[in-house]
Amino acid sequence: MTEKITGYDIAVIGAGVTGCAVARELSRYELSVIVLDRESDVCEGTSKANSAIVHAGFDAKPGSLKAKLNVRGNSMMTELSKELDFPFMRSGALVVCTDEADLPKLEELLERGKANGVPGLRILSREEAHETEPALADGVCGALYAGTSGIVCPFGMTLAFAENALANGVVFSLSNAVNGISRTDDGRFLISADKGDITAKCVINAAGVYADKIHNMVCEPSFTINARRGEYMLLDRSAGSLVKSTVFQLPTKMGKGILVTPTVHGNLLLGPTADDIGDKENTATTRGGLDTVRKISALSVKGIPYNQVITSFAGLRATGSTGDFIIREDEKVRGFIDVAGIESPGLTSAPAVAEYVRDIAAGILPLKEKADFIPTRKGITLLAMLPDAERAGLIKQNPAYGQIICRCSSVSEGEIADSINRPLGATTLDGVKRRTGAGMGRCQGGFCSPKVMAMLAEKQGIPIAEVKKNG
Amino acid sequence: MAEHISLAVIGGGPAGMAAAAAAYDSGITDVTVFERDSELGGILNQCIHNGFGLHTFKEELTGPEYAARYIEQVKQRGIHCETDSMVLSISPEKQITVVSKARGMRVIGADAIILAMGCRERPRGALNIPGMRPQGIYTAGTAQKLINCEGVMPGKEVVILGSGDIGLIMARRMTLEGAHVRLVAELMPYSGGLKRNIVQCLDDYGIPLKLSHTVVDIRGRRKLEGVVIAEVDGTGTPIPGTEEYYECDTLLLSCGLIPENELSLSAGITINGATSGPVVDEYLNTSIPGIFACGNVLHVHDLVDFVSEEAGRAGRNAAKYIADKGSRKNEPHIVKLIPGNGVRYTVPCTIDTANTEEDIHLRFRVRNVYKGCTIKVSANGNTIISKKKRITVPSEMEDIILKPDMLGGIDGDITVGIEEGGV
Repeated sequence: MTEKITGYDIAVIGAGVTGCAVARELSRYELSVIVLDRESDVCEGTSKANSAIVHAGFDAKPGSLKAKLNVRGNSMMTELSKELDFPFMRSGALVVCTDEADLPKLEELLERGKANGVPGLRILSREEAHETEPALADGVCGALYAGTSGIVCPFGMTLAFAENALANGVVFSLSNAVNGISRTDDGRFLISADKGDITAKCVINAAGVYADKIHNMVCEPSFTINARRGEYMLLDRSAGSLVKSTVFQLPTKMGKGILVTPTVHGNLLLGPTADDIGDKENTATTRGGLDTVRKISALSVKGIPYNQVITSFAGLRATGSTGDFIIREDEKVRGFIDVAGIESPGLTSAPAVAEYVRDIAAGILPLKEKADFIPTRKGITLLAMLPDAERAGLIKQNPAYGQIICRCSSVSEGEIADSINRPLGATTLDGVKRRTGAGMGRCQGGFCSPKVMAMLAEKQGIPIAEVKKNG
Repeated sequence: MAEHISLAVIGGGPAGMAAAAAAYDSGITDVTVFERDSELGGILNQCIHNGFGLHTFKEELTGPEYAARYIEQVKQRGIHCETDSMVLSISPEKQITVVSKARGMRVIGADAIILAMGCRERPRGALNIPGMRPQGIYTAGTAQKLINCEGVMPGKEVVILGSGDIGLIMARRMTLEGAHVRLVAELMPYSGGLKRNIVQCLDDYGIPLKLSHTVVDIRGRRKLEGVVIAEVDGTGTPIPGTEEYYECDTLLLSCGLIPENELSLSAGITINGATSGPVVDEYLNTSIPGIFACGNVLHVHDLVDFVSEEAGRAGRNAAKYIADKGSRKNEPHIVKLIPGNGVRYTVPCTIDTANTEEDIHLRFRVRNVYKGCTIKVSANGNTIISKKKRITVPSEMEDIILKPDMLGGIDGDITVGIEEGGV
């Protein structure tokens, strides 16, 4: 079935954190913007399976886009998290060194960080490091401390951008994969997608691991994207306070190594591995990968209770062939902007990437600020995060907040209903999980999923058996 | 002002109901049962197969029928039950915070508390099974709830990992509902379920059970397409070359139950690492005087009849605790129960030999399969009681009764161990 051709100023391909941040930034202006994604929800690719870290910015090569946008993104995060109401904590990070011969590498990182303009960096001696994080493995002989590093909810952040963009007039067209792009005679782009054709004056390619494929639909090949898989293990909240900051190991050319970090939900996260795999759909965990996560994480932190693992998962980094973020208007196909190779520190950089893309777009289209732009967005009120008195008050107002559905994470019917009923609401079990935390706890949805399925079925008017976990 | 009641029972499943009724019959009538679901009965409500009640009622009942007997007992006594009520925390001072749609959020003090929250299933993540994460993977209990309570069939081609009782029951259940259960794979060299369930749920339906096998890969991006099963060696490590692919749309997991003790932890109750349930004395009192535990929150049982029996004792002991204001007749003399050779844990963990009046049910599980062995309970080298067994298996809980007169004059720890080759 083909819908009639609809014209937009800008089409953003990809509803991950980058696409949603760009869409939100562009929604400040008098533009018609559409976001397309092949999945039924936002945040279904790399954005949902990563380390959830707001990096300080000492790691990237000075002068690179990665360095510049990381440091800028980091500096924006506190205010942004308040404006858009998503969980973010500036919890700090340590890069630990476990071999005295490698101690000079910490100095190198410090120097690189300084060159990148990262504030709050200092070298810790063995004693200082162990004092800062008592659970560090005995072999840790020094560390680089980064006070501006933090942890964020990657789903919360992506949803916040998306919901705010929506509130400011951006159209989201989900379950709508792009199959081809061509140029029309009048210089616009014709995007052929599952649900019909769309035209746009400008295309922003934020398609993650498929950014090369989207690029090559209308441009000369100029880069490739490799899916670099990272496997993780998530531990129960009972293990969440083992460390209070993110513990990295010295980086290698494959990435920042295996980290140990608390999450904003109070869990402990270990990972990722780094394996270049050809298959861009392969988010399978492997026995070898999970063994590596266990083995390597134990080198930086001692006493990790591996029997408290509640789930493991894998994500695919969109590793670009240039080594840096690829954010530019195509030289020949004017109006086509690539936002590609957004691997780490992509999550941190997202708001800065959005500004950068906006500036490129300003050279293509006139950007006129809207008078009625809504800068703030209110997230789902999560009961478990509230003090008892506020919680009691909320239940009095709306008794549905008194009915607990997910017992492990104490998520109520009120929160789940909000996640389903709000604009761009959840349509799948995983969608509810990402928005509310229901099913994210130690029983992994064993008890609550039949109830959540019933709520989704009712909303969608379908039998319970047809409710989807994802996709 | 905060509310106050004599006895709070947390959980309205078989343990909570039996405990409440027993406490009531022992003279404590100011009892409230807090149940998070919309009706009493707990997991029994989804266990529509028969085989319940042979010990308690000398007849074979279904789960809902068994629950109905206890619901009737609770109703007859007029015991106050709050359903759709979730207890969020318990303080060491025995104050509970409870939340519900109907009554909002409250803090309620109690003279005594009985923990009867049951257990949960070990999920896929905790098993570290590698592979994709598609739709179609359920714990056996979740599938049971979907089929028996919601009328939803999760799939048609089924592989079951783990031979726990719920998995075996679900192999039969899904077969009866028209699914094709291809295989039950069990990591251990012995089954995790009762012998009678292997016969009645697998053998009778021609469903193969592969011991020492596990799932090593899960395939399918959105929906489950199949799993790879491999044989494991003595350490549980998959043996290369033994992999076999099974096409399926459903994978059920029946790989163990974990007592649900988050509330116990919130109160600061000491947990036994071997059971994941509270450490209790012979009164089933936890490390906090006046907080008792029974049923699957204490340790995972095989039969609900044993849960009811244990819960009855917890109810009587809690009533006595309230009536006596926590005091005991004689100066306590506490001896420890130590799991000896081949024994994984014991319930209780301690006995006050100076105050023992009732028979003590000493319950435990063995670590391995032992054929022709003797269970020996001893202290200071002297045997208190011994019992010869043709076979003991980890999946069947052992129960030895210690009579008060056996415990006179015991000084030092009591050890429970297996002596092999005794028959």
